[in-house]
Amino acid sequence: MNKKSKKISSKDIENSYEFGFETDIESVFAPKGLNEEVITFISNKKDEPKWLLDWRLESYKRWLKMDEPEWASVHYPKIDYQDSYYFSAPKESEKPKSLDEVDPKLIETYNKLGIPLKEQEWLAGVAVDAVFDSVSLGTTFKEKLREEGVIFCSFSEAVKEHPDLVKKYLGSVVPNSDNFFATLNSAVFSDGSFVYIPPGVTCPMELSTYFRINAAGTGQFERTLLIADEDSYVSYLEGCTAPMRDEHQLHAAVVELVALKGAEIKYSTVQNWYPGDENGKGGVFNFVTKRGDCRGDNSKISWTQVETGSAITWKYPSCILRGDNSIGEFYSITISNNYQQVDSGTKMLHLGKDTKSRIISKGVSAGYSSNTYRGQVNIHPKSENSRNFTQCDSLLLSDNCSASTIPYIESKNKNSVVEHEATSSKISEDQLFYCLQRGLSEEESTSLIINGFCKEVLQKLPMEFAVEAQKLLEISLEGSVG
Amino acid sequence: MSKELLNIKDLHVDVEGKKILKGLNLNINMNEIHAIMGPNGAGKSVLSNVLSGKENYNVSSGSIKFCGKDIVDLLPNEISNLGLFMAFQYPVEIPGVTIMNFLKTIHESKRKANGNEPFSPSEFLNYVREKAEILGLDDDVLKRQLNVGFSGGEKKRNEALQLLVLDPVLAILDETDSGLDVDALDIVSNGIKGINNKNNSFLIITHYKKLLEKIPPNKVHILADGKIVKSGGPELAHEIENKGFESFN
Repeated sequence: MNKKSKKISSKDIENSYEFGFETDIESVFAPKGLNEEVITFISNKKDEPKWLLDWRLESYKRWLKMDEPEWASVHYPKIDYQDSYYFSAPKESEKPKSLDEVDPKLIETYNKLGIPLKEQEWLAGVAVDAVFDSVSLGTTFKEKLREEGVIFCSFSEAVKEHPDLVKKYLGSVVPNSDNFFATLNSAVFSDGSFVYIPPGVTCPMELSTYFRINAAGTGQFERTLLIADEDSYVSYLEGCTAPMRDEHQLHAAVVELVALKGAEIKYSTVQNWYPGDENGKGGVFNFVTKRGDCRGDNSKISWTQVETGSAITWKYPSCILRGDNSIGEFYSITISNNYQQVDSGTKMLHLGKDTKSRIISKGVSAGYSSNTYRGQVNIHPKSENSRNFTQCDSLLLSDNCSASTIPYIESKNKNSVVEHEATSSKISEDQLFYCLQRGLSEEESTSLIINGFCKEVLQKLPMEFAVEAQKLLEISLEGSVG
Repeated sequence: MSKELLNIKDLHVDVEGKKILKGLNLNINMNEIHAIMGPNGAGKSVLSNVLSGKENYNVSSGSIKFCGKDIVDLLPNEISNLGLFMAFQYPVEIPGVTIMNFLKTIHESKRKANGNEPFSPSEFLNYVREKAEILGLDDDVLKRQLNVGFSGGEKKRNEALQLLVLDPVLAILDETDSGLDVDALDIVSNGIKGINNKNNSFLIITHYKKLLEKIPPNKVHILADGKIVKSGGPELAHEIENKGFESFN
């Protein structure tokens, strides 16, 4: 069976992270540290055109003048950006033409993760662009997608095969001057995914990418660019997991979405990177910039995220509602346990007329974790008759965790309406006793109540992803109650 | 000889330092219906909570045997899996969890605890529909979130549905009649009476004899000031209705 239906027993992960294994594959590293030579090395290694190298170098120069943001409610030791590798690739220099040519050890890794690519293709009908470290290894279902004119490939491939599209849209949503981490990504991004849906096409399958961090001490700088041309539709799934290690790992991805007139993009993420151990040691630092641009009238972008992993999550998937009648949505579940720190939310920028946005955020905190919702809703003076609805609910499972809701709301148009609701609660003893009396164990009861709490968001996930997400909630909160 | 199901001996319970039950004795055999009546504050709800294993109820002396096992130190779910069900006086809301999902979860958990395979989805759906029909509940109700926005009567009906689905050995009905109108009381009591057989028993806690007219008990007990002060047949319920509880103190 595929990953989605794999049974994960909570016993398996007691005191250990289920996916905490390393694959013994030699990597080809760029020299340690960050400078123009390293960036040129990365660009050459990927055989990139000059304009892209120039863009990287320009980003690097901007980055040197930028300061690491300090406004988020997260605390971590200072990152030495010169003490990291910015490029690593599995040793095979030739790209495999089919999965049979892929290093069996990589396949084994995927199998351990429960994603046997071949079976998964057929069972789930999902084309998988699996990213192992920094180089994409296998893209499947490409032919079927090609029939519809859909482009789904690694970012590097897109640079080679579709340079005009990449050049036109790269940095058009998240410019290389945007913020410290996005600018760093622009300078050193390794690989990622590229999607283009032609006008009028409904993408025939859910597109999915599994990310995985592997080589020790390697930062991950993924770059995703997704363009939905006029009146097209696409649903994109992104899921991640990483092996256990002591050293903190930096991850600074950038995702750019462009929805043209009448187009709709549904972008779902389940993120379960290594969160560190129960004492807060290790874990991924996840500084992600995700933004969607509803560039055309009547377009729609919907973000759904289930964030259970990482030691630090710094992430605000946002929508720029530029087109009239455009719609932005953000559905989020953030789970934090032990010493995890989450500062996540969204930005909804209403520029066009009659634009609508909806934000539903569910935060569950346990252990000693901190979980902050930070969201901005901004209605421009010319954004007539626009509406926003925001609901932020927090559930606290321990006495030592914290949950905060920090909304920034600004409406400069008097015909527009903004609503914000927030609640925070604990699982009541009566709820727990009620479930126990019906025969459920304390863990089963808690899991049931939390799943109920998160249901509004879980429902927004594609079916098979929802099942996986529910299991993740259970795993993430293992041992946090009682 | 009928089989002994519940045996409470000289039970003393305090809650936050306050003595509530002061030497309570009660025996329930298989295939019996018992009723406990008593004034407010007599300890009726404390008794049902202690039997269910709720935390923070300190049993200072005495014993409770259920199905031959001492249950004083057992967890609520362990007692539940032995076959004890409590229909709550004030059922809680669990947002986002549909009745159907809840029923499936508790039914599967109980089957698992007893070493049985879970029902298949269609098998279970039919099973639930059959029970729901007895209580006059349709599919739409099953899709609602557990007790969220329910009227008092709807909550009690939902408790009865869980009772029918779990099919316990001993069911405690804690003021299940309160909040039910005359018609609903008919439906619910008929439903409950319908599952009474030689393999289960009921303990009905109530203020009124209305429910006892629908589900006639074998024995009626009067609980006052933490003790059973009088036990008798169904006629005792009439006596209380006429004379009030005061005369039994």
